[in-house]
Amino acid sequence: MSEVFDLLVEHPFFKGMSAEQVRVVADTGTPVSYREGQTIFSEGGHADACWLLLGGDIALELQTPGHGPQVMQTLHAGEILGWAWMFPPYRWHFDAHVHSDTEAIRFDGPRLRDAAEADPVLGFELMKRFTRILVDRMQSIRIQLLDVYSTPR
Amino acid sequence: MHPVPCRVRSVVRELDDTFTLDLEPPSDGWSFVPGQFTMLYAFGVGEVPISISGDPGDPTRLVQTIRAVGPVSDALTSVAVGDVVGVRGPFGTAWPMELAEGRDLIIMTGGIGLAPLRPAILHTLEHRDRYNNVTLLYGARSPGDLLFAEQLQQWRGRFDLEVLITVDHADRTWRGPVGVVTSLIGRASFDPETAVAMVCGPEIMMRFTIQELERAGMTEDRLFVSMERNMKCGIGLCGHCQLGKFFVCKDGPVLSCAAMTGACWTREV
Ligand SMILES: Cc1cc2nc3c(=O)[nH]c(=O)nc-3n(C[C@H](O)[C@H](O)[C@H](O)COP(=O)(O)OP(=O)(O)OC[C@H]3O[C@@H](n4cnc5c(N)ncnc54)[C@H](O)[C@@H]3O)c2cc1C
Ligand code: FES
Repeated sequence: MSEVFDLLVEHPFFKGMSAEQVRVVADTGTPVSYREGQTIFSEGGHADACWLLLGGDIALELQTPGHGPQVMQTLHAGEILGWAWMFPPYRWHFDAHVHSDTEAIRFDGPRLRDAAEADPVLGFELMKRFTRILVDRMQSIRIQLLDVYSTPR
Repeated sequence: MHPVPCRVRSVVRELDDTFTLDLEPPSDGWSFVPGQFTMLYAFGVGEVPISISGDPGDPTRLVQTIRAVGPVSDALTSVAVGDVVGVRGPFGTAWPMELAEGRDLIIMTGGIGLAPLRPAILHTLEHRDRYNNVTLLYGARSPGDLLFAEQLQQWRGRFDLEVLITVDHADRTWRGPVGVVTSLIGRASFDPETAVAMVCGPEIMMRFTIQELERAGMTEDRLFVSMERNMKCGIGLCGHCQLGKFFVCKDGPVLSCAAMTGACWTREV
């Protein structure tokens, strides 16, 4: 089995998936590294991948007129970057900026989608995991929007 | 119970709207346990509950950190050295420092919620050998809103305390994490089967945090929160601070989530 498979099979994100399912996902993955300051993708760009971060820090940013890039969230080792590859129209909602040198596995989005279409059981396993990420991020953004630490006046 | 007049020994401006008062206690000193509060009286304006934010090992200082949000807190944060404020207390229940002994301890807090937990942190550091891994997870609005920033920096330099800080919003000059405080849970080292968690912050943040700690495997008998309700008497007589079956002034402010089941998140009256 591949080096990517060995990493995935041990990872909590893939816990509960069969070895065969993990192998199919691993086949779409390639180890990559990024240097601090690099932009991995930009808002509006074509979303064709997701990443499992092995080390380093990524900032999800929004460009705000007059204020430059504002960091909405940071992602760190063990976390997944990118869910927009799963949902049409496959466009990024943020910029992904490399905060510190990063090692990751990059998964090919179209190949993952094809694999999920071909095997709905695998598709559902992936959907459950990526939906969890979406729910967590939505909850977090709700709390951030509520601005709970602001001074009540 | 009448307020005891106490002279202001020093005033430290922590943030634009947040100040720490060091009050001269009566001659026999103040003894308090981490988690307790006093009723602070700005003469001629009114009285409000404020947690003690100082060192429980030092009875010669009564230290309280106040954010100006309304008439009484405005008056209390406008005092100068030498002025006198009234103090009743200390009142209320303590953080479960003994229960946490021999276990991992998670201290999770947001915004000004760090103030009521600072005595627990200072106590832990003073008796560090009694605790296993100790982790402080702190969330603030932005890098400029970090309370006790200098002390946080000192704590980060220690090898026996893990300090993880996140902010809700930042620009690129902030090198740390951005996101809600619960996003730090996965980075903390603790045994969810036995660890004790102490949580203090805005109520929404605490609800969200408790859910996430339970998801991480902790049970509600080891989860503790500090509740805030409007108060009047501070001694369990008026019912103003009722939260389900509890009076927060007497049965709280520190309550275990297990005890609060049902009453847990009763809305404020
Ligand atoms: C046990 C306990 C410990 C506390 N410890 C501290 C402390 O250490 N430092 C501190 O600054 N405050 C603390 N508080 C909160 C403080 O007592 C209140 O903020 C108090 O109401 C301020 O009185 P005020 O007259 O200045 O403003 P108020 O007129 O009472 O309130 C002004 C505005 O602030 C809002 N508000 C008041 N309290 C809160 C709150 N707790 N959360 C969110 N919004 C609120 C009100 O709804 C109103 O809109 C504590 C409260 C309790 C019950
Ligand atoms: S404030 Fe009066 S009963 Fe609690």
